Amino acid sequence: MVTRTLDVPVAGRLEDLTHFARDLLDDTDFPTVRRWRDAGGKVVGHFQVYFPEELAHAAGLLPVKIRGAQLEARQAEARFGSYLCSILKSSLELALSGRIELDMFVTHPICDAARNLAAVWGRNFPYSCQILYLPQNADSPHAASYLQGEYVRLQHDLEEIAGRAVTAADVARSIGVFNENRRLLRQLYAVKRDRPWLVSVSEAYVLMAIGGIVPREEHNDLLQRALELIEQRDAKPQDRMRVVFEGGFCEQPPTDLLHMIGQFTYVVDDDLLIGMRWLLDDVPTDADTDPWMNLAVAYLECSSYSPVQHDLRKPKERMLLDRIRGADAQAAIISAAKMCEPGLDEQVAYAKALEADGIPYFVTEFEEGMTSFDHLQIQLETFVENVLFA
Amino acid sequence: MSTQTADTEGPVGRGASEGARLFREWYRSLDAVAQRGDGAAYVFVMGSLAELLRVFDLPTVFPEVNSLQTAVRRVAHEYLNEAEDYGYSPDICGYVKADVALQLRGGSHPMGQIPKPALAVLTNACNTYIKWAEIWERMYQTPVFTLDVPGSRASGRQTWPGDPDFERDREYVARQLKDLISLCEKVSGKPFDIDRLRETLGHTNAMNRGWKRVLEINRSVPAPFNAVTDATISLGVANGFRGTLEGATYFSQLVEEMEYKAARGIGTIQDEKHRLIFVGVPCYPIFRRFNEMFSEWGGAFVVSTYLWFASGGASLGYEYDLERPLESLAEGVLISVRHAMDCMFFQEQALLESIDDYHIDGVVYHAIKSCRTVSTGLADNRRALMAARDVASLFVESDMMDKRVVSEAQLKNRVDAFFEGLASRRQTAGV
Repeated sequence: MVTRTLDVPVAGRLEDLTHFARDLLDDTDFPTVRRWRDAGGKVVGHFQVYFPEELAHAAGLLPVKIRGAQLEARQAEARFGSYLCSILKSSLELALSGRIELDMFVTHPICDAARNLAAVWGRNFPYSCQILYLPQNADSPHAASYLQGEYVRLQHDLEEIAGRAVTAADVARSIGVFNENRRLLRQLYAVKRDRPWLVSVSEAYVLMAIGGIVPREEHNDLLQRALELIEQRDAKPQDRMRVVFEGGFCEQPPTDLLHMIGQFTYVVDDDLLIGMRWLLDDVPTDADTDPWMNLAVAYLECSSYSPVQHDLRKPKERMLLDRIRGADAQAAIISAAKMCEPGLDEQVAYAKALEADGIPYFVTEFEEGMTSFDHLQIQLETFVENVLFA
Repeated sequence: MSTQTADTEGPVGRGASEGARLFREWYRSLDAVAQRGDGAAYVFVMGSLAELLRVFDLPTVFPEVNSLQTAVRRVAHEYLNEAEDYGYSPDICGYVKADVALQLRGGSHPMGQIPKPALAVLTNACNTYIKWAEIWERMYQTPVFTLDVPGSRASGRQTWPGDPDFERDREYVARQLKDLISLCEKVSGKPFDIDRLRETLGHTNAMNRGWKRVLEINRSVPAPFNAVTDATISLGVANGFRGTLEGATYFSQLVEEMEYKAARGIGTIQDEKHRLIFVGVPCYPIFRRFNEMFSEWGGAFVVSTYLWFASGGASLGYEYDLERPLESLAEGVLISVRHAMDCMFFQEQALLESIDDYHIDGVVYHAIKSCRTVSTGLADNRRALMAARDVASLFVESDMMDKRVVSEAQLKNRVDAFFEGLASRRQTAGV
């Protein structure tokens, strides 16, 4: 029996559903998490980018994606220096201000700043705060067995929070729920790629993103309904440039910024919240296999790419070119959050590779708290016109 | 307040002069490698694996040291500008950008010619290491080996030999080291020799022993050396000569010098009034001036977390078991690199202990734009430290490379106010 946290409107149109998702996403009081807690549930907050949410789910906990927010980081500002990305501050602010209550917090060594979060968080809250050391040498033949052991270690910590033991069958069942979620997200992205006029980048984004703050079973129901409504939509293709948006793997661009981009381009693929789509195919759930190992192997061998994972088999610029070709895009928006070192580092390699391949690109930076996009809009419009009418 | 150099008898001053000589010699040897057209192993201070690389006669280049040298020699801005013109953001690590420019200049450096990378060996102690090595991969198709060293999962949750979690991590590191040995054999064309490894590990043991002892000696009042300025020379030797006889000799002599100074009450400054801890990375663009802002008030840096993490955790004094060199190397790398990471992320307990052990009056936090690894948690750490202990503290921001974000006047204002506060505390306490 899954605690219901969503009060989904009886949606006759896709817009009803996307407005509902957008409102929920913008609500910095996290009403779905509150409902879960009110029903006696416990919550594990995990910072970007990827977290094996199945392990928390199997323990009966609600995994919540900590991805920052559009708010003023009044208390968090005093706990950090000047030269940091916004998501770090706003994420801590959510917890310090009591907007979101956790029973455990996990961060990852995705970047030099984020790995500090376990220590910062741990000094401010009494509950367990830890770093999950996902392998940094993904192509090592020993990475999978190490990661399997790390997942089992984490599972024990989650069991302690939940106050119950977790079996391999529990984890396999949870993997099934998340496999379904990833299948639905792949369908959503397939529509975006093949018939982008049916669902805009900002609509697809909000539909996907709320998965990070609700039980995944509920998200599956919502996505299922959304996909039905997308198919019923009466929209015609327009003469717009097909682009790939890159740079949304950690700090998230404001939804209004995505909306602006979607007004005169078709974003046919992107890396927004890539952690939710990190695993590219179904993870095996066979009873005679080790589900922790299955998750570990999937993380390493059947996964997407991002600037925060080093894998000699997946040079990022080649992966980007593959993404662009796979989506039949004409250009790329190479973005990075302000002060995001991995994103800014990668921009250089991306730009050089795109130049070498003759693919037009637009380089920009964003911050989650941005509210004015006029200047950026003019630049982007000019870029699009230059490409389309060259 | 002048630096203490009055007593020139005995070993006083030897560490500085000998360290400088070794440093010049090291760069001359790298220049010779470059002139021959040979490559080098590019490594980093946190987990250089120098003991292993020396077995294959691979010369080691420390790009971090190259970069900081451009700042100390006041030419960093030329390198930074060149990398930014190439496309790198002003908001990324200055060390990386200086190295990019160095590569674009064909290895030209104020200390001599730097060889190109034939191999890059790095750990995950700093994420920027990983992004940095990707640049050489792209520029030269350099073979890159990332040694993944799991750090402490949480404050106070370190595990030790015998604990299943520790053994799992040790096994992971050991397996990777075997792969690294195969790669070194391939790159160098030389077979692995376990006796040579024993030899280099033995030298590192002597160095680690010496480094730990030197740091302990600074408990003496007055402090025999300045943990920010004097010790940076020794830190260079600790990294550049790790696993060598010269390095081992240097540190045994340094211990002798510091014990000599401690026994005779010879301090790094003549009138030590305030004993300080430095937390962070030095301000290399105004390296000497930064220290003077404190020494002018009688402030002496007695402890520096930089000496803990930038020595790759050598400050812990880990000694390899030469009877089982490979197993011990895995264990030592895991414990030492993890310690280096702990000294950046979870250093609060070590700071509290140092306050007592080193008779500390104040803690100076120096956050820098270039390094999020070290700087991200400093403000919060300060808050927690002040809650735990009644100790004066100062939080300042600048950079280790980029003089555009170093405001000397602003720093001085803050430092002056800090010392006025310290004086007032003393008055109130009636000391």
